[in-house]
This record gives sequence, C-alpha cells and structure tokens, in this order.
Amino acid sequence: MFRTPQRILAGGLAILFLFPLAWASVASVSPQPGSAQIDGWGFGNYRTLAAYQAGIGQYLLNSTAVSLMTVALTLAVSLFGGYAFANFRFPGRNVLFLVTLAILMVPYATLLIPLYVLLNQLGLQDSLLGLSLVLTMFQLPFAIFMMRISFEAVPKELAESALVDGCGSFRALFHIQLPAVKPGLITVGLFAFLAAWNDFITPLVLISDSAKMPLPLAVANMRQQVMGIVDYGATEAGVVVLALPCILLFLALQRHYVRGFMSGALKG
Amino acid sequence: MPPSLITAPERPAQAVEPPAGRSNRRRRRSMSLTGWAYAAPTALFVLIFFIVPIAIVARMSVSDWGLFTGNRGLNAPENFTDVVDNRLFWPAVGFTVKYTVVTTVILIGLSLGLALIVQESNRWNGFLRTSFLVPSALGLASASLLFYAIYSPQSSPLGFLGVSFLGTPNAALWSTVALIVWRFAGFYMLLLLVGLQGISGDVYEAARLDGAGRWQTFRYVTLPLLRPSLALCTILCLTGSMLAFDQFYLLTKGGPDNSTITVVQLIYNMAFFGGNNLGRAAALSIILLAALLVVNVLQFRGLRDREG
Repeated sequence: MFRTPQRILAGGLAILFLFPLAWASVASVSPQPGSAQIDGWGFGNYRTLAAYQAGIGQYLLNSTAVSLMTVALTLAVSLFGGYAFANFRFPGRNVLFLVTLAILMVPYATLLIPLYVLLNQLGLQDSLLGLSLVLTMFQLPFAIFMMRISFEAVPKELAESALVDGCGSFRALFHIQLPAVKPGLITVGLFAFLAAWNDFITPLVLISDSAKMPLPLAVANMRQQVMGIVDYGATEAGVVVLALPCILLFLALQRHYVRGFMSGALKG
Repeated sequence: MPPSLITAPERPAQAVEPPAGRSNRRRRRSMSLTGWAYAAPTALFVLIFFIVPIAIVARMSVSDWGLFTGNRGLNAPENFTDVVDNRLFWPAVGFTVKYTVVTTVILIGLSLGLALIVQESNRWNGFLRTSFLVPSALGLASASLLFYAIYSPQSSPLGFLGVSFLGTPNAALWSTVALIVWRFAGFYMLLLLVGLQGISGDVYEAARLDGAGRWQTFRYVTLPLLRPSLALCTILCLTGSMLAFDQFYLLTKGGPDNSTITVVQLIYNMAFFGGNNLGRAAALSIILLAALLVVNVLQFRGLRDREG
C-alpha cells in the first residue's frame, strides 16, 4: 500500500520543515566571521547573548515571570468562567460569552494603543504584571471557549450527584469536575504559555524599560547593536534559546495539543 | 495576582446548596447569582481590558491626542482625513491585500496537501505530522529572526543560490510568504486533519462502489464535506494576514523603499515610531477593524448561503 514516490516527496517536505531549526542550532555553535565565534566550534555566541545589556538571565526571568503569570491567570479565569457558562443560567450569560469571543475579531494593534494609555493611568506602565494582564485578555476567547465545551462534556449526572450529596458548587467544581476537565486545562495552559512566551508586539508597545523586556524583544533589539553591524551568531543563539523551551514543551504535550483540536472544539 | 479575582466566587457558592422546601424561584435566583460569581473574573477582564480600551480608541480616533501631550480635545474628522491622505496609506493597503491573498491561497493549498498526505494513522505519518507541526511551536518573532539569519548574505546557508532574498520588493514579499508558510502550514494541516477525520468511511465506500476515481472522490466527496474546516482555516488565515506585523517589522522593516509596509506597521509607526500621534493611529485602527468586520461578515454570509 506504500507508494514510494509519495513517501520520497513527503520525506523531502519533512526535511524542508526541519531544516531551518537544525541549521540554527548548528550555526549558533559553528565558526563565522562577525560573531563571537570566529575560530572553531564553541559557545561564544551564547556568551555574547549572556552578556547583552541586562544579561540573558534577566530577560529569561522576565519572560518566565510573564509566561507563568499569564498561564496562572488564564487558567483561573477560564476555569471559573467555563464552569459558569456551562453549568449556570444567569442574565447576560450569552452576551458576555459573545463579547469574550469578540476579542478575537479586534486587531491587537487596535487594542494596544488605548491599553498603553490605560495601563499608564492604572500605574502599570512598564510592568510585567500589566503585560500579563493584557496577554491573559488576549487568551480569553480560546480559553473560555475551550473550558466551556470541556465542562459541557462532563456528564450532568456526575455534577448533580455531587450537589445531591450536599456539596456546594465550589466543592463540586474542585473535587468532582476538575479531574474531568484536566485535558482542557492542559491545552489552555499550553496555549497561554506559548502565546505569552512568544508574543512580540504587546511588549514592544507596552514595555520601554530595557531591563523589563521579555526575551523576544531583547533578542530582536540585540541585532542592531554594534554600529548597525548585525551579529548573526548571537541572533542564532537567541533563536535557539527562544525556541528550545517551546519545542520541548510542544513535544512533551503534543498529544494534548492535538487532542485539544481533535475533541471537536473547532469542528464546523 | 489580584486575590479578589480568585476568591470572589467562594461566598455565594454556599447559597446553592438546596435545602428542602425552598421555593423554586428563590433557588433559580441563587443559581444565577452563583453563575455570575463564577463569571465575574471573566467579566472584569473583558470590561477593563477590552470594553474600556475600545471606548478609549473610539474617543481617540476623533481627538487630537499626542503620545506625550495626551488628549487635547475633539478634532473629528481630521484624523481620518489625515490617515487617508498619508502617502503610505494606499500603498500599505494595497500591499496588505496582496500579501493576504497570496499567503491565504498558498497556505491553504499546501496545508490541504499535507493533511491528505498524513491522513492515515501510522508511525511514519506520525513522524511527518510532528515534523510539519514543530515550527508552529515557535513564536512568529523567533521564526522571523531565524529567517532573518537564513536570508542574510553573511550567514545564509543558501548563499550558493546567489539570490538576494530581501533586496527587491517582490523577493521580500515571497521570502516573507515562505517564512509564514513554514511557520503555519502544520497548524492549518492539523485543523484540516480534524475535518478529514470527521468524514465517515462509508461515504468513501459509497463513492468507490459508484466507480469514482481518486480525483473524482476528492473533488466531489472530500472537498464539499471538508468545507466547514476549509472555511475556518480561510477565516483564520485572512484575519491573521490582514494583521501582519511581526514578520515585516523584523524581517524587512518595511523595506526595500517602504514596499512591504503593512497597515498594522503603519499604525505602529503613526503611534510610536516617529509619528507620536495616537489620534491618527486610532483612526487607522478603527478603519482596519471595520475592514476586518466586513471581511468576516462576508465570509460567514457566503458560507451560510452556500449551505442553505
């Protein structure tokens, strides 16, 4: 049943897709002129990266803090929100749900300009917390949608039996429903992490203090440092540092990532 | 983390325990209170970080509002006329439309091909799926920086081709499209794969019994049944491309000769980079929002008409 030409074509495509990543990893440790790694193989480019301005440690810390806060906020808000939309009827329920989905329809740029002004007024300018709050808002349409269908997929008898046993809705949520919606939570958390770790335009607009920048912004700025001469070696090293956690996380959670879609979330 | 957002639902939650004999109406009211309590964090987020900013941007678009000077009163419709008169406005619109069409056609076509190739579940296809999907774990900014190095004459592994990847307007456009295809093809492949797996085997069996060939089966069975998934991919791809920013900001910086300036880049430039005019940037983003709504409404309507 295997048709050889098709296999060769597909294999070639796979190599084409993997090539840029493989090249970046090799190039970041290989010798090249104009970088910190001129002779022989080694980690010179990574040392350049480590010493850049506030130091890569600081930027990694910023990115980690923003990503973790965004994941925690997104999980908390969408857990309660999804529970509310799936299990309760309350006035304004449909309007709130639709308005939350409408966030998807509005360009980032349209929201970032007023958010820049709003965060200044809230005293959250140049703040990693402010950045995380905005990134959480951008995650809500997907997260709320995902958690709503996850809760709706939980058998109603399970929820009702908990209430009959005298559980409050809060205890029913944490003891009975939480285990059932775990796959949804993992998908939502993974998406929130990848989005927060990688986002570029949001910190570009909201963060101007170079010590508060997340990693993508720092690596992008690093390119035009020394009199307009680009240090490609350090850029490649930066890409590797940026990509590695995402790829590892993706490979580890691939099943959930794929299942998140396969669950029918996006059918039709 | 604001603790109020997390603990707010706790108190009314107790009210839902239904002691016998309570009237139905009261119970329903406490249900809706509880529901609101759980939805409160969502509502707060949507209100503060979505509704209020929309109101501010609408206000900004009709005001003389500098980046450093703040609001200096209404001036409608000056911002809108200034935007349309900007010498980069029409080129940016034209380029964004061209880029959107090119990207959408190539990306959806290729993703459909990939989905068909890896449709059957086996080990080899599992490896292929993973290879195609890995780039979508990267951020668009990381991918742009990666391709920036690949395209640069100094570090390029493709130097032997002797091509200038970003030197001419056309080359810059196609080089960016290649980056976007690399980054997103796996993602759209996955969405289409979901659609493909929703088509029951019986339908294919019936087509086979009717003597349909491979191409006929694809044309008259697979494609029509895949239409909802294709429509979803098209909407996502059109929207994403119309809002393109990272890839051009990092890869081409709008060059050469401002030939690859997109609308969102123009908004950014008007607000922060040189322009320092939030009013004008807000006006342009309102125009962009309107365009986006029109495209989406047309798409949904087209989809519904064909289905009806």
